[in-house]
Order: sequence, then structure tokens, then C-alpha cells
Amino acid sequence: MALMKVKFDLKKRVKLSQVLWLMYWFAVMAGVLVFVMGLFLKIELRKRSELMDNNESHFVPNLLIGVGLLACGINAFGGKICYDSLDSTKFSKWKDVMKPFLICCLFFNVLLFLSALLCFMMRIPLQFTLAEGLKNGMKFYKDSDLPGRCYMKRTLDLMQMEFKCCGNNNYKDWFEIQWVSNRYLDFSSKEVKDRVSSNVDGKYLMDGVPFSCCNPSSPRPCIQHQMSNNSAHYSYDHYTEDLNVWKRGCREALVSYYGGLMNTTGALVLLVTALEVAVMVGMQYVNTSLSTLVNPEDPESESEGWILEKTVKETFTDIMAKMKAMGKGGQVEEGAEGEQGVATVS
Amino acid sequence: MLCQNIHCGLFEFCCFNWIIISGGTMAVLKIKFSFQRRVHLAQGLWLLSWVAMFSGGVTFCMGLFLKMELLRRAEVMHTTDIHVVPNLLMVVGLASVGINLFAGRVCQDSMDSTRFTQWKNVMIPYFGVSLFFTSMLIVAMALSYALQPNLEESLKVGLKNGIRFYKDTDTPGRCFQKETIDRLQVEFRCCGNTNFKDWFEVQWISNRYLDFTSKEVNDRVRSNVDGRYLMDGVPFSCCNPASPRPCIQEHLTDNSAHFNYDYHSEELNLHNRGCREALVNYFMGLMNTIGPCVLSVFFVQMSVLASLRYLQTAMAALEGQENVEVETEGYILEKGVKETLNEAKETLKKLLQLGQVDAEPAPGDAEAAEGKAAS
Repeated sequence: MALMKVKFDLKKRVKLSQVLWLMYWFAVMAGVLVFVMGLFLKIELRKRSELMDNNESHFVPNLLIGVGLLACGINAFGGKICYDSLDSTKFSKWKDVMKPFLICCLFFNVLLFLSALLCFMMRIPLQFTLAEGLKNGMKFYKDSDLPGRCYMKRTLDLMQMEFKCCGNNNYKDWFEIQWVSNRYLDFSSKEVKDRVSSNVDGKYLMDGVPFSCCNPSSPRPCIQHQMSNNSAHYSYDHYTEDLNVWKRGCREALVSYYGGLMNTTGALVLLVTALEVAVMVGMQYVNTSLSTLVNPEDPESESEGWILEKTVKETFTDIMAKMKAMGKGGQVEEGAEGEQGVATVS
Repeated sequence: MLCQNIHCGLFEFCCFNWIIISGGTMAVLKIKFSFQRRVHLAQGLWLLSWVAMFSGGVTFCMGLFLKMELLRRAEVMHTTDIHVVPNLLMVVGLASVGINLFAGRVCQDSMDSTRFTQWKNVMIPYFGVSLFFTSMLIVAMALSYALQPNLEESLKVGLKNGIRFYKDTDTPGRCFQKETIDRLQVEFRCCGNTNFKDWFEVQWISNRYLDFTSKEVNDRVRSNVDGRYLMDGVPFSCCNPASPRPCIQEHLTDNSAHFNYDYHSEELNLHNRGCREALVNYFMGLMNTIGPCVLSVFFVQMSVLASLRYLQTAMAALEGQENVEVETEGYILEKGVKETLNEAKETLKKLLQLGQVDAEPAPGDAEAAEGKAAS
């Protein structure tokens, strides 16, 4: 029993070919879209590669770019075959190519599905990369005179303003590192000397944050220095003040940004996979309906189309048997050669 | 084939049969049209009208975009004079879609001379209306440059108010000013109205956050006539992220307040530009981009109207003739420019006089006139 057998007359075959040709064009555009999404993702990762310690993996966007290009090629080819299927003389030259083409399509669809899954899973390694990268980035905030690190201050400031975040987990991360360069500290003053000698590493730590942490929605001018000292500012209680600086940490902000991007891309790729599966099934019907014409000379005769010639179980056992036969055939051939070799020597 | 047709029509327009106005009864820019050329003209015009309709849509979108950008910054603008430019662009964009649809329709009908005659009476008013709307494009472009001083003045007043009300985050109607000005300064990388010193002349810290029991606050407040707390400091949004040094916001003019700091040579600490200059540059940049697009839309539209006029006059000469394949002449104006203007004046006068004469005669006068005529 064939899987999902359908009877076709000429009209139905023509309609199927036309609809399939249109769907192939949509699939080409979908391939272009996947390519563009992959490119966009790659550019976004590149833009912030400084914050990820230049360590981020570009595997997923590269895969998407490759898959997008492949989709365009396969679908354009499929569209050409579809266009030719209306004319039986043109179609006969494609007959031998059809089976390998359909198997190729099957593998390609599996690849698409795997790419979609990878998109959704990319969030996890990204989280770790960002945590490391941001921690290191903040350490180099003050080194605006070191070649290779001189842009870190600017990058961090712009990022904190754009993503409305402060520090790695929250604003207190800034209290634990020295973010004011020694060039701007007056080491002859008592205050500076006290602070530097108050900790083991000799760092100038303070309970203050850079200006880029300030929240413009605060009703009060930004309080950046002596944040944990209530008496340093009039009418200020650092426990109840929530609008002064951004509350979110930058790792969380960036992960949710990239996570959203990846989720959208993953959903898109799943839709494209569904479209590709549909065109593959359509192509199989076109192929089978054109090769089972009741009267091969008459193009208007009836035919049948199906997805698989036998049931799923039978097809599977057939494939296994074929693979075993190929494996055994290889062994028998080797044995025969060995005997021949032995025969000639002796 | 179609590309050849447009090329053909425009080439003839430029090079053939230029009859210069000599003050006599010569038609303006007369061109001979054979049947084939008429057909080519109609086909080319149909295609051109689709292109012009698309560009009308583009004009509308550009007007919409400009209006959205102006509305986004409406909080720092005092007057809305400049809004006339995007409004004009939107109106002309919509009108040109209609004009070009009509032109395409007339073009299709011109293939059949019986259907073409139904449009005869509508054509002259149509041309008048179309020319009016197309000239509005040039007016919009001219206005966008002419209104620049207005924009600058409006921004000057708007920003001054914004800076004055920066501290009033508890006054309804002004509570958003702080956030607006902060976001503006961060986004456009600017500080103050003309430069950062504008902040020294305004009290930008609300009295709610000033400790009036402290000596320092009292000294400052008493040191000026209005009792304001003025300081040589700026809000955090003036800070330049590109500065190598953590931002210095307070005691800006006091070199000794900060280590290794010289107020006169420090350039990267704050944004150097004033927000008025930044916003004016931004909007003029937008309008400079839109300008050439509007100019090209104008040229496309004028060529559609000119081709339609030629088609109309060439087809009108066919009226009443049995053989539709004869050669006819097309022109822009039937008589010279001077004569056409005089004729137009006469027609207008007549219309006005008719209007007056209709309004005047009262029943008594009419009877008196009849009585006089009878006797």
C-alpha cells in the first residue's frame, strides 16, 4: 500500500505544478530572508564583540548564512524543474535527477530544523561569554591610555546608556573595582591615600558609579558619588531611591536583547522549514504522478501520485536491506580479490 | 519595445520642430504626430504615469516621515510654523496619486477616439489643477529653506524654557522637561542652548533637594538678586562618553577643585555643541536629503503633464474625421503665450461680469427697462 495515494488527471497535474512553482518562488524569498537574518545577527555580535572579550562563537550566524544561500539554490532549481514538468519532453531530461534531488531536499530540511534548534539554544553559551566579557571590560574602564583598551570606557558608557543598565549584575559591581585612573588621582591628598591603603591591592575604591549609570527619568539630579552615605546628600535614602541609577545589570539586559533576537530568528527558520517540507512533498507528488501515466504516449491520461511507494515500515526495512547488501557486496569483492591474489602468487 | 517608445517621444520633444513664439498666431512647441507616434506616445505615457504615481506615494511617505520627526521633538519647539513643509508634501503626494491615475485612464482611452471624446471638457480644468499641485512641490522646497530662521527661533525659545523648567519635576505640565532635555542631550550629543554655560545661569536643582540650613547653600542663594541657587555645574547628560577621564560635572571653572584639570584646555569632558545647533543641523540635513527627491518628482510629474497635453491636442485634431490614421499636430499652447494670457484674462473678466450682471437687476429695474424698450 502506498502512502497517501492520490489520483491525478491532466488538469490536477497542471494545477499542482503551477501552485508548486509559486511556492518555490516564496521559498526562494524565504531563503533570502534567512540569509539576511544570519547576516544581521553576525553584525550585531561583531558590534559588541569587545564586551564579549572577542571570544564569542559565530557558528550560528554562519550556519544561517550558509543555509539561506543553499535554500535559494535548491529552491530555484526546484522551481525550474516544476516549470519544465508541464511539458513532458522537457521533463524527461530531469527524470533521472529527481530521486537524488528529493533525497537532497530531505537532508536539507533536517539541517534547517537543526539550525532552528541551535538558534534557540544559543542563549546559554552567550550568557557565560557575556558574564566573562563584561567583568573584564569593567576592569579596563579606567585604562583609556592603554593601546588596545583605550575604547573600553567609551564602549561601556555608550552601552550602559543604550541598554539602560549599570554594572554586571547591578550597580554595586562598580564599588568593587577602581574605575578612576591613577592619572587623575592626587596622591598627595590624605583622602586618596587613606582609601588606597584601606584595601590589600592598593586600589582606589569608592561607592560611586560612572555618569552613564544615571537614569534620566529620575526627578532629582543624578547622585553618582557617596551613594551609600545618606548624610552626604540632602533628603536622600539609598534604600528607597530607585529612580536614581539604572537598576538592571548589563549582563541581563544584553542576554535578553540577544535572546529575543535569537528567538525571532529561530521561529522564522521553523516556518521556513515547514514551507520547505511542503514543497518537498509537492515535488514528490509531481514526480510520481508524471512517472505513472497509464498511457505513456498520451499526456492527458490519468496517473497516480504518492509520498512513499510502500508503507513507512516496508520502506525502512528496504533501506536497511539495501545498506546491508552494499556492505556485504564490499566484503565479498575484497574476498574475491584476495583469493585471486593468492591464486596468482602460488 | 516600451523603452523605445518613451525614448522616441522624449527625443522628438527635444529636437524636432521647435517653433519659437514670434508674437503671432504660432502655436507653442508644435510637434507632428503620425498614427504610430501617437500610439507610442500613449504607451510611453501610460508607463510614465505609473512611475509618477509611485513617486507621488514616495513624496507622501517623505512628508509623513518629516512630520513624525518634527512631532517627536515638539516638546522643545515653541511654534509649529515649520510643519507647513511636511503638510504640503503629504497633500501633494496624495493629489499626485490621483492626478496620475486620471492620466493613465485618459491614456488607455486614447486608443479609442470615441471613448476619448468624453474627457474633452474635463481636460483644461484638470491641467489647471495639476499644474497648481505640481507647483506646490517647488513651493514646499523653497519654504523648507526659507523657514530655517523660524525653526531656529522656535528651538531657541523652546530650549530656553526646557532648561528653565528642568528642575520642576513636581509641577504638572512641566514634569517631563527634565527627562526630555536629558534624553535630547544624550542622543544629539549636545549641552545647553548655545553651549554648556547656559546651565550656569539657571537654577537646575530643585529647592526640594537643597539643604537650606547649610552655610554654603545660603551663601549661594544670597549672592544673586533673584535668590536662585546658581552653580558652575551641568547635569550628567552633558557628559561626553568619549572623554578619557571620568566626567567632571561640578566646579567646572575651578581648576583647583580637580586634580590635573585645566578648564581652558579640557575639550572632551562635555559635549561642546549647543542643542539648538545640533537640532537645526539634523533637520536641515533631513530636508537637504528630501530636496533632490522632491525636485526629481517635480520633473517626472511635469513630463507626464506635457505628454498628456500633446496627446490631448493630437487626438483633438482627429475629431470628426473618418480616417484615424492621418497625421496630426500636437502643441502645448494653441496660440502664443501673450495671446493665451490675454484670452484667459478676457474669459475671467467675462465670468466676473456675468456674475455681477446676474446679481444686479432687481424686479423694478427689469420692469422699467422693459417699459422703456416698449415705448
